[in-house]
Amino acid sequence: MKKVQVLGTGCPKCQQTAANAKEAAQAAGVQIELEKVEKPADIAKFGVMFTPALAIDGEVKVAGRIPTVDEIKVWLAS
Amino acid sequence: MTEKCACEPAEVLLFPCSGGSNCGRIADRAAAELHSAGRGRLFCLAGLGGHVKGLIESAKAAKVLVAIDGCPLACARKTLEHAEFVPDVHLVVSDLGIEKRSGHLEYTAEELDPCCNRLEQELAARVALTAKPSP
Repeated sequence: MKKVQVLGTGCPKCQQTAANAKEAAQAAGVQIELEKVEKPADIAKFGVMFTPALAIDGEVKVAGRIPTVDEIKVWLAS
Repeated sequence: MTEKCACEPAEVLLFPCSGGSNCGRIADRAAAELHSAGRGRLFCLAGLGGHVKGLIESAKAAKVLVAIDGCPLACARKTLEHAEFVPDVHLVVSDLGIEKRSGHLEYTAEELDPCCNRLEQELAARVALTAKPSP
């Protein structure tokens, strides 16, 4: 089980990032625990200045753009 | 309450060297002035040097990276390069006619103001030349 955290205050870009994460997990056959981190103070703890951002098992993989499903699949597999 | 969305990455990120000399302090102060004037966003150079992943990924989202060094040792530029970034703009305070005084942190408004003006002019010109097209 991998922990996937979507960082952002809940705008459509953040929602798309969460949707892509779900789709990637399903396609890769990886079980994930998806968490939305929406409070700016909590987002700042990751060092993230621009959202949407995505972290897997606590490591920030991308910030400031929506990651593609294929990108997330690679990160989930590594 | 609606939280401010951070979904629009800053176009220009500013990385001053903040070194231990009058020129380093001027670089730091000038970057803060540019930030306050809306010309860019002051960013965490130490965070990139320290490989803080969230800051590194955030910096990748910017369009223009600006290294502002106090002197030709170019520590800000080299720190960016250490983190595998290439600054789009590199400015050096001592190139603007300010003599570096190591260990002396004091500077005058007469030294700072022309530097801020010059940096703002060079930044505007170079950003216009180096800005990457939107994806």
